[in-house]
Parts: sequence; structure tokens; C-alpha cells
Amino acid sequence: MTTRGGRWGRGQTRRGDTGDESAGPVLRAVGLSRVYGQGVSTVVAVDGVDLDIPVGQTLAVTGPSGCGKSTLLQLLGGLDRPDEGEVWLGGQRIDLLGERALARLRRRAVGFVHQDFHLMDELTAAENVELPALLAGDSPRTARRRAAALLDRVGLADRGRHLPSQLSGGQRQRVAVARALVNEPLVVLADEPTGNLDTAATHDVLRLFADLRATGQTLVLVTHDERVAATADRVVSLRDGASAEDIPLAAGGSQLGALLGWEE
Amino acid sequence: MQDVVLALLTKEPSHGYDLRRRLVAALGPLGETLNAGQIYVTLTRLEKAGLVVQEREDAPLRGPRRKVYALTAAGQERVAAWMTEGVGPRADVPEFHLKLVAAAESGMAEPLALVEARRRELRRSLAEAQHAVLTHGTDSEAGLLLEGVALRLQADLRWLEACERTWSARAPHGKGGGNG
Repeated sequence: MTTRGGRWGRGQTRRGDTGDESAGPVLRAVGLSRVYGQGVSTVVAVDGVDLDIPVGQTLAVTGPSGCGKSTLLQLLGGLDRPDEGEVWLGGQRIDLLGERALARLRRRAVGFVHQDFHLMDELTAAENVELPALLAGDSPRTARRRAAALLDRVGLADRGRHLPSQLSGGQRQRVAVARALVNEPLVVLADEPTGNLDTAATHDVLRLFADLRATGQTLVLVTHDERVAATADRVVSLRDGASAEDIPLAAGGSQLGALLGWEE
Repeated sequence: MQDVVLALLTKEPSHGYDLRRRLVAALGPLGETLNAGQIYVTLTRLEKAGLVVQEREDAPLRGPRRKVYALTAAGQERVAAWMTEGVGPRADVPEFHLKLVAAAESGMAEPLALVEARRRELRRSLAEAQHAVLTHGTDSEAGLLLEGVALRLQADLRWLEACERTWSARAPHGKGGGNG
């Protein structure tokens, strides 16, 4: 696949051709704060978060409900603006952009996956995937071709003509992931992507995320489910809007033997 | 049991009856099953191992003078090692709970630091289990077992959140009462 004009390349090419930010994190938060309400009813949803997310990392943000993790994700994706601090995406500061420039950047550089899928009910699976590509200026033919390739990639090549209502929850979420990828975003941001799924569908989506990671896709997922967080490269825990813990989950170093009690 | 008794002695020298009372206080109904005899047997073993010594109790206000046990230097070392060592993915809830209680009582470790270390340990184990779940699927026998292991680790992590809330509310200087 070739890198198209004005778009982001994929995998290795992305690292090489992004110029000045190539060595830095793809997504970066500096002293990020977001406060809701005024006076006595003030709620500090996000409280001074610093975060560097390198290219290709899968980061899980976890914590109890109300800890600010969804707000943080919206700030990172340019859906909300911080009261203090900075957000940098692909080497560009985005929290100061005007509405239109921000919307344009979001469309191209960020793929969103939501807990309740947010598919358009009256469009087929394929049309749902095509839509962001068309909005970004792709020709219908290109959009169709890309949607077909992505549906194939998420294991739904034969479901393109189905309406969301004809798909299971897990299938709908996989369509949503395909849609998030259609503009080759710098980052995919997922908010409780398995929150409405049963175990088998959860595993399908997590396997899909693992495939994305293998292609070098940067992924940030917010979850309260420790089993979902456990599939990431790194887990950041929020408490009261602030980062309480930031740990890498290195592969290897087997403890499974200890779980069976065969060590002693 | 030996480690727990040693840990309780870090606060101050105590006699067997008092140790049992404190264990029951820390363990609630789980501690009721513990009889005084078990405590005394444990104390005797610890004494033989050179980890505790008997001291003469100062003249009590009332009642008979009882045997009071105190930690030796070796006993101190052993407690410190027990409290901070990784407990492994299979460790049970009561043992870790007692570590937190002992850490707070003795001041030898910060309960919240133990919670954090334990969470890292569990997260890594869960990561490993969950990767294996995804590889094997849950419709195989192996996958079914891995699913059980992952669920169990998840439950342990949830309980640690409760530990964190309670112990941070009690921390004398830490961030008090923080809950999400």
C-alpha cells in the first residue's frame, strides 16, 4: 500500500516520513487538566496528567468509574479542550487549533472506537466504514476499496452488505474498528471498547487489537476491566484525575507455573 | 503462621493471649478458628529458631506475671523480608491482608507501597494469563483453565482497589480518602 498525499503512512513508513516528530512520542499530554462546573460544584476530572505515548504502543488507561479516564481520552483525541496543559499529536500541538482545523485533524489522524459502537443504523457495514474516508475527501471508489480491505482484515468480508441490526455486538464493534482505521489514523482511541460485549466477542476484539499492534498501530484504550488492560504494553491507572501508576507489562518472565503451585 | 506471629511482635513484646486477641481483631471471623494453643506452639518453635526470646513481664497491675515474647535481631530481619517480598501470584487474601496490618502496626513498611507492589505483580501475571487466553480461546480445556486463572487475578486486583481506598484513608500523612 502506498502512502497517499496528505495522509499518514503505515507502520515503518510512518516512522520515517513524519519528519521532526519521528523521534518523539506520537501522542503527548503535558500538565493536562480539565475542570467541570464552577464554584462549589467544581469537579476536577483530569488533574495534571503528563503522558508520552510512543509510536506503536498499546496503552491502557484504567481506574474506577469517575476517575477521569474517559475525559482524558476525549482530550487526547481533540474532542474536548483542556483548561490547562497541552496536547501534541504527531508533533503538532492540537489544543490551540480552531474548531475547523481540529475537526479536520481529528478526521484524519484519530480513529475512535466507542463502547456502544456508534454505527449509523441505516447504513450497511461497508457504508459505515466508507463514510469517514468520503468525509476526508476520498473518491467513492477508493473508499469502497479500502472499506472492503478493512472488513476483510477484521474478519467480516462477507458481512459488508449487512445492516448493524443484522450483526452481533462483537461484529458491530469490529465494523467500528474497521471504520476507525479507514483513514489510517496516527492513533486509535477506544473508550471501553468491550464494555458491551460478552466474553467471546471481547476476545475477538482484543485479538483484533493485538493484530493492529503487530502492524505498528498506536492504540490507547480506556477500560475498567483489568483483563482488557492486561493485553496492553503499558497500563496507566488514574485516581481522581491524576496518574497514580504507570507500569510496563513486559512480555516474558513466566509466572504461570507459580499459579499452578508447581514451584515449591 | 510463623511470619504472622513475628510480624505482630514488631509493635511491642507481647504474650500469647494478647497475640491471639490481635490476630482475631485483624482477621475477624476468619480468626475465630485459631486457638491459643496454636499460638503457643508457634512461639515455642520461633524461640527454638532464635527468632524470639522470652522476657520477664514487668510486674502486672493485676493477675499473674505472664511470659512475654520479644523479637530478636534475626526475628526483625525475617519480618522485614516477609513483609516486602513478592508473595507470588497464588498468595492468599488473608496472608496479604495480615502483611498490610503488620506493616501499619509496626511502621516497618508503608501499606500503600505494599499494595502497589502487589498490584504490579498481579498485573504482570494477569497479562500473561490473558495473552494465553487469547491464544488458546476459551472453548478448549486449556483455555477454560486460563480463563479461570484470569478471572481470579482480576478479582484479586479489585480487592486491592478496596485495600488502597481503606489504607490511604488511614495513612497519617498520605493522600487521605482518595476514591474515584
